Order: sequence, then C-alpha cells, then structure tokens
Amino acid sequence: MTDDAILRMSGITKTFPGVKALQDVNLVVRRGEIHAICGENGAGKSTLMKVLSGVYPHGSYEGEIHFDGELCRFSGIRDSEKHGIVIIHQELALSPYLSIAENIFLGNERVHRGLIDWNKTNADAAELLARVGLDENPVTPAMDLGVGKQQLVEIAKALSKDVRLLILDEPTAALNDSDSEHLLDLLRGLRDQGITCVIISHKLNEIKAIADSTTILRDGRTIETLDMEKDLVTEDRIISGMVGRDLSHRYPEHEPNIGEELLRIEDWTVRSPTQHERLVVSGANLMVRRGEIVGLAGLMGAGRTELAMSVFGRSYGVGITGRIYKDGKEIRVKSVRDAIRHGIAYATEDRKRYGLNLIEDIKRNISTAGLRKLAKRGWVNENEEAHVAERYRKNMNIKAPTVAAVTGKLSGGNQQKVVLSKWMFTDPDVLILDEPTRGIDVGAKYEIYSIINEMADQGKAVLVISSELPELLGICDRIYAMSAGRITGEVSRAEATPERLMQYMTRYDEEQVVS
Amino acid sequence: MSSVAPARSDKSEASPPSRGVADRIFSVNLRQNGIYVAFALIVALFAILTHGDLLSPENMSNVLVQNSYILILAIGMILIIIAGHIDLSVGSVVAVTGAISAVLMVNHHMAWPLAVVLTLIAGAIIGAWQGYWIAYFEIPAFIVTLAGMLVFRALTLTVLGNQGIGPFPDQVRTLANGFLPGYFGNVGLGALGGADLFTLILGVIAVVGIVGTQWRARQGRAGYGQKVEALPLFVVKMALAALVVMFIVVQLARFKNLPVVLIILTVLVLGYTLVTTRAVFGRHVYAIGGNLQAARLSGIKTKSVVFWLFVNMGVLAALAGVIFAGRLNQAGPTAGTNFELDSIAAAFIGGAAVQGGVGKVVGAITGGLIMAVINNGMSLLGAPSERVMLIKGLVLLAAVAFDIWTKRRAGASR
Repeated sequence: MTDDAILRMSGITKTFPGVKALQDVNLVVRRGEIHAICGENGAGKSTLMKVLSGVYPHGSYEGEIHFDGELCRFSGIRDSEKHGIVIIHQELALSPYLSIAENIFLGNERVHRGLIDWNKTNADAAELLARVGLDENPVTPAMDLGVGKQQLVEIAKALSKDVRLLILDEPTAALNDSDSEHLLDLLRGLRDQGITCVIISHKLNEIKAIADSTTILRDGRTIETLDMEKDLVTEDRIISGMVGRDLSHRYPEHEPNIGEELLRIEDWTVRSPTQHERLVVSGANLMVRRGEIVGLAGLMGAGRTELAMSVFGRSYGVGITGRIYKDGKEIRVKSVRDAIRHGIAYATEDRKRYGLNLIEDIKRNISTAGLRKLAKRGWVNENEEAHVAERYRKNMNIKAPTVAAVTGKLSGGNQQKVVLSKWMFTDPDVLILDEPTRGIDVGAKYEIYSIINEMADQGKAVLVISSELPELLGICDRIYAMSAGRITGEVSRAEATPERLMQYMTRYDEEQVVS
Repeated sequence: MSSVAPARSDKSEASPPSRGVADRIFSVNLRQNGIYVAFALIVALFAILTHGDLLSPENMSNVLVQNSYILILAIGMILIIIAGHIDLSVGSVVAVTGAISAVLMVNHHMAWPLAVVLTLIAGAIIGAWQGYWIAYFEIPAFIVTLAGMLVFRALTLTVLGNQGIGPFPDQVRTLANGFLPGYFGNVGLGALGGADLFTLILGVIAVVGIVGTQWRARQGRAGYGQKVEALPLFVVKMALAALVVMFIVVQLARFKNLPVVLIILTVLVLGYTLVTTRAVFGRHVYAIGGNLQAARLSGIKTKSVVFWLFVNMGVLAALAGVIFAGRLNQAGPTAGTNFELDSIAAAFIGGAAVQGGVGKVVGAITGGLIMAVINNGMSLLGAPSERVMLIKGLVLLAAVAFDIWTKRRAGASR
C-alpha cells in the first residue's frame, strides 16, 4: 500500500474511566502538508495527539497507527521521537534557568567521551536557531525570552531530533499577531523542506491561511476531512462542522423572570501576573439582570476565567482597572471578602484545586465561605452547621449518606453540588459559575441546570462560563462571546446560534464588535 | 473487608450502611484512634518490663514535669503543621526567652510576674518577626525558621554573655518544678497509703466535667437530629476516660499532689482544643492546610491566619522558655537544643499529616507522651541513650509511614 499519506490513524478509540474521549477516529495526513485539526474544547484533539506521540502508549487505546507505511506501537514519547514524530505542547516545556542551547539538546546532549561538548552544543544550537529565524545567543537563559521566541526554541529542539512529523498544539494561543505571523511563515518554510506538520488551532483565520487540509473532530469522533483548496473551505464551513449537533431534551424547561440590572462591569482590563505587558482581559463590558442567566462563551485562553476571577475580589491578575456596579451603585471589591460581602460568589472551574478541601467532610466545606453566619463571638455552632449542611444535602440532592462524608470521595457531580451549596450559603445576589458541569456525567448535568434555574428564580443574577456551546444555548437567556480578552459579541437567546457564537469566539482581527 | 463496596471509606459516618458494624468500629479505631491505642500498648509494655515502676507515683509525676515544655511546644507546633508550615526555631526561641527572663529577674531584680509577661511579649514579637516573612513576604517557613534557629541562638549567647544566669526566684521555680500545696490534708486510701484530698477532689471535678460536657454535646447533637453513638458505647467510653483520669490523679495525689505545670498544661490543652474544634480561627487553620487556594477563594484571610499562628508559637515557646529555665534554675546558652525536633516529632507521631490540614491538639500531646514514655521507660531499664534515640527515630518513621499507608489504602478506592 504505497500512497502519499505519511500518517494513517484508523479506528482510534480511547477510553478514560467513565468517558469515551475518542471513538473510532480516523486521521490521514499527506506527506509534506500542513494538516489542521479543529474542534471545540473537549472534542478530543489533544487526546488524539497524545495517542499519536506515545504519551498514551500502545495498549492503552484501540486502533492502529501507520507511520510511513509501517505499523507503529509506541511505548512512550521517546519511542515516537525516534521515528521522527515530535509534539510541542500548548504549555511550553523549557527549563527557565537553562540556556537556549541546553534546552535544545536536553535529553539528547552533544557528548564527547561521556562529557558534554559545549563548543559543539552551542555551535549546533546556533545553526538550528538560524533555521528557525531566531536571532539570539545560544547561551541566553530561556527565561529571558518572550513566549514567541520560546516557541521557536521548541521548534529548534524538534528539528534537532530530525523531525519528520511536527505536531503543534495551539502554538499561537499565547502569541501576539506579529509573533504568530512569523511562526506561520516558519511552518510554511518547514513544509517546503519536507517536514509534515499537524497543527491544532482555534484560530480559524490562521487555519485558512496556512492549512492544506483540515480534519474536524466533535465529541470524540471524526466528522470530516476537508481539502482546503479543492473544497473552497470557508471559516463558516469549518464552524458548522465543529458545532453541528442536535439540541434535544438535555436542558430543563425554564420560564425566565428577568428584572432590573443587578451587576454591571465597565471597561474591565486585567494584565497577566507573569507577563505584565500582556492584557488578558481588555476593555470588557457586561451586565447581568436579576433572575437572568447570562452565558460567557469563548475558547480556551479567551480570558473568561480571568475576567471572572479578577472581578471576584481581584483573585487573578495585576493592574486591574475598570468599574463594578451593583444595583446601579459603584462598589469596591478589593478582596474575596469584599466580594462575598457585596453578595458576589464565584464557583471555580477547577473544583479539586480551587473549590474544595478534599480531606474535609461535606458540612465543613459547605460552611467555609459563610462560617461567620454560624458563629457567635468567634465560636462556631457545630450543630447548627450540621443542620444547615443537611438542608443543602437534601435540597441539592447530594448523594452521600451523611454530611460527615469526605468530599474527596464524592463523584464530580456531587462535589459540584457541594461547591454550589457553599456559595448559596453565603446568600449571594450574583453567582458566577465557571464551567459548572465540567467532568460531570449527563444525569448530574441536568440536576445542575435545574439548580441554576432555581438560583435565577430566586432573583439572583447568574453568569455561566462554559466551553460547551450547546449548554450555553440550552440554559442561558443571553450570551456574551469573548475572544483574546475582548467581549466580541452579545446575542439574546432568540438570535443565538452555534455558528454565530463560534464566529464571535474565533474573531481575532482588528474590527472588534464591542457591545 | 468487602473491597467492592462503591464508596469505601475510613470515617464511620461516610460508610455505606451495608458494612458490618464491627468492621466499621475497627476501621474508625485504626485511623482516628490508632495513636491512642498505640500509646496504651506502649505504656502497658513498659509497665510490664519495668515491673510497674513506670506507673509508680513518683515516676509518673516526673515524666509529666520533665516533658511539660515539649508538650507546650507541641501544641503550638501542631497548629503550624496543620496549616502546612513548620517551625525549626522553637528550640532557640526557648533559649533566648529563657535568657531574657533571667536577665529581667536575676540581673534587674524585676518582679517575677512582670518579668514573665514581658518575656511572653518578647516571644510574641519573635513570632511576629518570623510570621511576617512567612505570611506576607512568602518565604517558606522552613527557611525563615532555619534562619531563626541560628539568629535566636546567637541572640541567646549575646544576652547571656556566654554564661548561665541564675538562680531564679522561688515562685518561678515552683511554676516549673513545684506542686500544689495540700489544702485539706491527706486521706487514707487503704493499701495505697495516704493521698492529698484536694488533688482527689480536683480529679473528681475533672471527671464530672468531662462526662458532663460530653453528655451535653451528645444531647445537643441528638437534639439536631444527628446520629450519636449508642448509649452503651458512650458509657463505656466515659467509664474508660474516668478510670484513666482517676488513676493518674490518685497516683499523683499519693506522691506530692498536682504539679503546677500540669495545671498550666491542662488549661492550655483544653483551651487550644476548643480553639481548633470550635473557633472560626481554628477552622480557618484547617481550611488553609487542606487547600490553600480554596481557602483564599472562600474569603479566608490566609496571610493573617498564618501570621498569628507564628505569633502564637512565639508566645508558647516563651512560656516553655521560662518554665525550662525555672526548672534548671538557670538560663543557659544550650537551653532548648533539639526541642524543635522533639515537638515536631510529637506532632507527626500524634497524627498530623505532612501535607497539612490534619491533626489534633490531643494527638500532639499523645505523640509527645509516647516519646516521653519511651524515653523514661528505656532509661528505667538502663538502656543507653543511643538506643533510646534509635527507637525514637524508628517510632517517628513508623508513625508517618502508617499514616501514609492508611491514606493510600483509602485513596485506592477513589
């Protein structure tokens, strides 16, 4: 079977406990092309690339990988690298205190009689840097480089391994426009030198500019592979592939009862705590009314969580500017305590890391944020605490024998209910729910949606951040879309379609639509 | 045990009702009360090996008095460890505060109560200094207190001018070494001989107090419709507690009444147990140790809590410093050497988790007593000190290994 395909992945199925991440996925990459992979968050793109590069070794998935006509069973990432498959992950993996040259040859050192040959190391590194167009001294420490240049060092590192298939996971997500442009030019150059590239990207304009063909994944399945030239592919064409799925009865019926404006955020700007010059959120305006469920859509890195956390008592970011109004009056929210006092609650996207004390029981987790309500002169009434927790356990239907059960042992859905209980106990007016159904099975999702509806019916303003468009379309009364730190669109429930939202979410050009 | 049960767990409350009652009680005992069982076994072992000498009135009194300052340090240390930090400087702080108290009382002839208060304030300032760097400057506690270990030892030598200062006023020595006077004289206890009546009365009051508060707590829980342990089990537990307390009290009454330092220690244990279990502050300490980020995002002032924990540690170290100096009747340049290691070991033997978030004041005290009994029992048996050290080291390792092992076993079902 000789053909022009360098890579054929066929029938790939990868299962995690409780979740089928990939189901019978097929991917064919032609020799010497740039092949883009598109899909929503959670569609299975990164998982597929981890299967290909041996991060998930042979035996942990079903299906076959043929590389260069040869059946491959990679036992690990070193094994796939030996065949010339190199993956560059989204989070760059350079060691900050080592020099560029040391990073390039890390694990692959230039050695002479058991000792490192520094002259050869630096000379070879300089040669590779020239190839990727990076004008830096090889002895410069990696931490002195910006993200864009670090990305180039990663590519130089890949080239040092005689790469034949280069996989890039969201390479331009953290780059500014000129760095992105340079990177794309470099990839075109590599293609001309015969190196095949697979690129995962959310930025459809980039895909359109650079890719020769595009494979679309959705819900862990291959939807289609498009030949960019032959099929005259437009961005809309890709979007419809990414989102096209039916919205059946996965969401509870809800008749909203929307009142006055409750929370308004104006001209909100946040800088990254690690790179102060980078605006993670810039000039965002949004508003939520009483009894309204408002969605915040966006792809990874759009700045949604950063926006929410910076509003919630400046829990994220530096150099925060902008104004918050509650009930029409400007409020100052400088700490989490201020936020709680003003009736703002934020349920994190990462329950285990930021939401729960996993070694403690349900009642103590529920009482954490509102403990003062259970205390007199600094002493906690534990009986009242258990009583309150028991009430939430029943109302929220937390499946645990008693409120003394340890939260670390609960399922994701029940943990999420504990987090929601914790915030409901602070009696907030505004609830910001960040990915409230992440990692939760379908049945529990329905329950969470019902809880969200109930919150709104109590007259609270609810802001839901979600990466699942159908979810936002299913439960929200109004949806904002964010991209690259800006609010790029606002649609009501009636006018919202997945395609329209995806257009806003993938908008990276200058003409921002600020609502 | 039936390992296929979907939600296997160590805490009885979390267990599915399908599990056997005996199985449940056993597993509760192992994880939560294992330390107390171990303590009872160690006491029994040495009591047998020493033909009862370990539990003689004089020896019991000595063990408590000799280890009081370690136990006081262990109370502060367990709080710091629960919050996920460590304090290596306490030995040096004991030395420097002892030296300060000596200078005030001996060199400047200051009235002893004022001198003690000033010394405690000095301890608070030392704690605030370290707490600032740890909580607000965010230097790891390991580094800050390692520096403190050197700095405060150096200050000790400076304050003392490289020599011991003493003797201390009698009242301070009583604080450390003395006993309550027998207010009501002795009563005969038959074969046991004479015993101090006042001490016995205090013991009875203590037992009544323990049973009374436990009963009220039980009633309170029942009133809120929560599950309480079965009445027979409750009675057995109370009877056991009463027996242990009365045994200790009778033995002490037969010797020289209650040691003053035991009263100080009892007040501290009760107070800090209350703070850790019932106070908002105590809850915040556990929340910080369990998940710092979650605590911060729940509106807990994480920095301020950590800062005050170190201030508290400084005050307790100063108290231990005065008591230790009073006991030796001299503030010396080498005072408090290795105290930090003993108090840290007490906390970990007593069930604190290396990652923080777990631990009890009573556990730390028990851990300290385990080491005290091993120390004392082995020296009664005439074992050389290097062997005592060896055993103590292995006990520490075993205790933490056991903790990690039970956790891993519990985690496997997650």
